[in-house]
Amino acid sequence: MIGYIARRLLVAIPTILVIITVAFFMMRIAPGGPFDMEQPMPEQIRQNILAHFGMDQPLWKQYVDYLAGLLRGDLGPSLKFRDKTVADIISEGFPVSATIGLLSISLALMIGGVLGSLAALRQNTSTDFGVVGFATVGIVIPPFVVGPVLSLVVGIYLGWLPSGGLDPRHGMTVERLILPVITLALPQIAIISRLMRASMIEVIRSNYIRTARAKGLSAGTVIVRHAMRSAILPLVSYLGPAAAALLTGSIVIEQVFSLPGIGRQFVFAALQRDYTVVMGVVILYASLIIMLNLIADLLYAALNPKVKYD
Amino acid sequence: MVLTSTPSEKAGLLEKSAVQGRSLWDDARVRMMRNKAAVASMILLAVLVFLAFFGPLLWVHEATEIYRDRVQIPPTLDNWHIFGTDAQGRDLFARTLVGLRMSLLVGVVATAVSLVIGVFWGATAGFLGGRVDQVMMRIVDVLYSIPFIFFVIILMVVFGRNIILIFVAIGAVEWLTMARIVRGQTISLRAMEFVEAAKAAGVSQFSIIRRHIVPNVLGPVVVYVTLTIPAVILAESFLSFLGLGVQEPLTSLGNLIANGARDMEIANWTLFFPAATMMITLFCFNFIGDGLRDAIDPKDR
Repeated sequence: MIGYIARRLLVAIPTILVIITVAFFMMRIAPGGPFDMEQPMPEQIRQNILAHFGMDQPLWKQYVDYLAGLLRGDLGPSLKFRDKTVADIISEGFPVSATIGLLSISLALMIGGVLGSLAALRQNTSTDFGVVGFATVGIVIPPFVVGPVLSLVVGIYLGWLPSGGLDPRHGMTVERLILPVITLALPQIAIISRLMRASMIEVIRSNYIRTARAKGLSAGTVIVRHAMRSAILPLVSYLGPAAAALLTGSIVIEQVFSLPGIGRQFVFAALQRDYTVVMGVVILYASLIIMLNLIADLLYAALNPKVKYD
Repeated sequence: MVLTSTPSEKAGLLEKSAVQGRSLWDDARVRMMRNKAAVASMILLAVLVFLAFFGPLLWVHEATEIYRDRVQIPPTLDNWHIFGTDAQGRDLFARTLVGLRMSLLVGVVATAVSLVIGVFWGATAGFLGGRVDQVMMRIVDVLYSIPFIFFVIILMVVFGRNIILIFVAIGAVEWLTMARIVRGQTISLRAMEFVEAAKAAGVSQFSIIRRHIVPNVLGPVVVYVTLTIPAVILAESFLSFLGLGVQEPLTSLGNLIANGARDMEIANWTLFFPAATMMITLFCFNFIGDGLRDAIDPKDR
């Protein structure tokens, strides 16, 4: 087990190194730089700025310096926000993105799990068709349609909830999080309810469930204690891809609801050629995805006695 | 797959099979034709494709023509602005058709890119096996854990918003699952007698892959292709929504939706029509994909 974790982490290191390298050089061959202004600045000032950030060095030297900085846990200064480091920017934005992501995936697991189980237990009834239909709709409607429509209908026409934007003075209030979380969760609810339905159908046909019924356990006990436990396994292995989907989705959600999260900062930084911020966010997200995949696999092994890592 | 069929249908099938043998594909076609949602989707999609490619030529308005005196008018039959006009005074129906054409084009081309890479990668890994297979699939595993959309965003920013690049970038992201599917199929095919026979007859490995393996993994690949196209269309719209996809004067459904979302408080039809067009298109592809999966591999449900 420990050997398995160690090996997975060992593979993760070259993976992240490749990601860093590709992202670093891709940003640098881009035409334009972070200090291109509307008006050309005097050459001397430009040189001084470049020297300040170490960008007058040859590219390979900058790359080595950057890696050395990373090893010390230093992501460098932002090139656009004069008085902020990349770590500052990430620590401002990440809590927002993480809150929305965690709430969404929890919501999706609960609702998707329940809907999928209901559909499976009432297979080929109107409940089942309703859930499958809803799941198809949820997969087909992209979040950048759901988001604007929800904020238009609920936020503006009905006036029930604020239509978007986190007020920096009030921080994240519940009513400002409801719409973004629902929008981000919707496609995941759809996918998870489909997965749950398929796996539940398979499980309730298996022999040990028949045995449990035969020995006189109540329907509720059979479903909750016996069927659910193995039916949720596919959901656990979906957690890794779900994490990636949520990170991607949050870019759009943050744009639509103008939330000060990290996805929005990434797009802004990429457009502004704020190299260090772009790199910081890419590294953070890549490590997150790798870690979450590993956790999902370990969780899977812990829940499924048939799987053993060694 | 619903296994109920009317007695006459069954008799028809039996009669036909008594006369001549039916291939896997004949069977699949029969099952597909019985799936009403899939057939309806195919017809609807054919109509949409026709409209997208010939509609702009036939429609009374040009997608790029600006009517300065008709800015953001709601859908009306006057002057045939049946979807209304946008914030610049352009006919939204014409723009939706042009946008749909672009989205379909991106969907098909990027999927083709992913198909070519995925099939050859997967077939080679599965067929050669051993160390080559391990290395190749490990590369796929590593690529899976990369937040690709970030790289696509960087690519778009770095190289400008070039259509060809969008095709390639999205295609390059979507080939991974294809490679896994093809590899799995290939491994089970490799042990088959006709492949052994070809090997024994001295056919080169490349020819075996091309002549025997690739045609036989076609079934699952076709299914996955019909499900990749909508995924690609979504990915492109996602980029366009962020302002990183296709650029004016070209447009895609994602672009139109982004503009519609911006103007929705005063002109909600500019969001509604492009969004509805996109959803209908994606529905069609999904139903066709599901139908094909049930038709080609009925046990896999």
